[in-house]
Amino acid sequence: MLIFECPYCGVHAEESELSPGGEAHLKRFGPGSDDADFESYLFIRENPKGVHFERWRHSNGCGKWFHAARCTMTLEVFGTYVAQTFEPPQDLKEKITAKRPGWSWRDFS
Amino acid sequence: MKRYSAFAIAREALRFHSGWERAWRNPEPKKKYDVIIVGAGGHGLATAYYLGRNFGITNVAVIEKGWLGGGNTGRNTTIIRSNYLQDPSAAIYEKARSLYENLSQDLNYNVMFSPRGVMMLAQTHHEIRGYQRTAHANALQGVTTEFISPQKVKELCPIINLDGPRYPVLGALWQPRGGTARHDAVAWGYARACSDMGMDIIQQCEVKAVRQNDGKVVGVDTTKGAIDGDKLGLVVAGHSGVLADMAGFRLPVESVALQALVSEPIKPCMDVVVMANTVHGYMSQSDKGEMVIGGGADGYNNYTQRGSFHHVEETVRALVETFPMISRLKMLRWWGGIVDMTGDRSPILSKTPLENCFINCGWGTGGFKAIPGSGWGMAELMAKGQSSLTEEFTMSRFKDGKFIDESVAAGVAH
Repeated sequence: MLIFECPYCGVHAEESELSPGGEAHLKRFGPGSDDADFESYLFIRENPKGVHFERWRHSNGCGKWFHAARCTMTLEVFGTYVAQTFEPPQDLKEKITAKRPGWSWRDFS
Repeated sequence: MKRYSAFAIAREALRFHSGWERAWRNPEPKKKYDVIIVGAGGHGLATAYYLGRNFGITNVAVIEKGWLGGGNTGRNTTIIRSNYLQDPSAAIYEKARSLYENLSQDLNYNVMFSPRGVMMLAQTHHEIRGYQRTAHANALQGVTTEFISPQKVKELCPIINLDGPRYPVLGALWQPRGGTARHDAVAWGYARACSDMGMDIIQQCEVKAVRQNDGKVVGVDTTKGAIDGDKLGLVVAGHSGVLADMAGFRLPVESVALQALVSEPIKPCMDVVVMANTVHGYMSQSDKGEMVIGGGADGYNNYTQRGSFHHVEETVRALVETFPMISRLKMLRWWGGIVDMTGDRSPILSKTPLENCFINCGWGTGGFKAIPGSGWGMAELMAKGQSSLTEEFTMSRFKDGKFIDESVAAGVAH
């Protein structure tokens, strides 16, 4: 069972208290964008076997959206961070590097 | 290959069963093949089989990381149906269902196809309208289905509770020629037939890289060395994203865990398959007497072949409402498989940006029922470059907006 610490209310919430919200840090495209950009925004996903960044919502708690870093191969949770950012905080990236040397995810590593 | 028959059983009985041969060879890879299929699950083996049977291409290797049929082929709930709404889906699933009818004879291997009938319960007024629409669409597609009354539901499945506490049963979409088959036997039967045609099924051989030259595939690097191939088929379900990454393209696919469980065996009490999509659970009884239960998929990416406890709890809770008599049953086994979900919940059978590399993935929560049809279409696509069964299931449909939207039919349960 996944357990995340909500970065807003500080509660250690287990999975049934949370709703998964899919891949994090998507680049959004609106009307007028070309088909390839729209496809990548709506459908193409990293789907990595290993380190992954996601959005979750503390739906049966404070109700806030937040980000989480997790391993899809072991279900290990590396950490969580606030929603108002375009990339994971440096200390979280270093923590992941200590556990998964050489990891990369999109442009992050 | 010695054929299996009643006579063969009698013959072997007279000599202490000393004459049975291995069902398939276990060869070392050759240097080069005409076609390499990655993934010896049902879909990969069926692709290889129909390449040989329909197109005479037998210089084929099927490469498998684990053991054949050990992934989702051996993990599903064995339901076979073809009552889909969209025409391309109905075509490929009905092709598969009709091939299942004679598959045991075709393969000379008993896949225990049991057309016991599949019913999908309508438990809201919205569902009634949805399933009536599907029944009309199926009539036009030539798929035999019927919308039936609650009384008929009770007649077909006496253990059902029509007046459930949350959702009463208001009717059902009934496909009398749907049913179940023995999932392992489907993989084993195809493997035996492929091996008999001279194809090599190479197990415990993991693909590490896809080699290419000038935008064309030339082979794969594996844990058993480099293998050259003129054409490559990627048929690896949950790990499609990993293989696509090796081949240098991206997929509109996400891998999530889907779980199933079986109860202790009990006396025969249910001879149809019942799916309840509103409350989220489905159940059938295996020939051994176990109740085979499935439910919804997890909502987050996962490669671990195990899923969330609360999803199973939700499924079982729903089924106890629908079938109160199962409330005291003990569950014997519980497992998960990694399924590859696309945005429109329809599969991808397609050419890829890498020339001579083809992909068959995205079957999501409902691949087992499609195995023969998928293999049939994929083989035609790989042999001839196009197939009427697969032409709508391209990778590019997500860019072109030509979705085959089955999320209502397939996103919930199979």
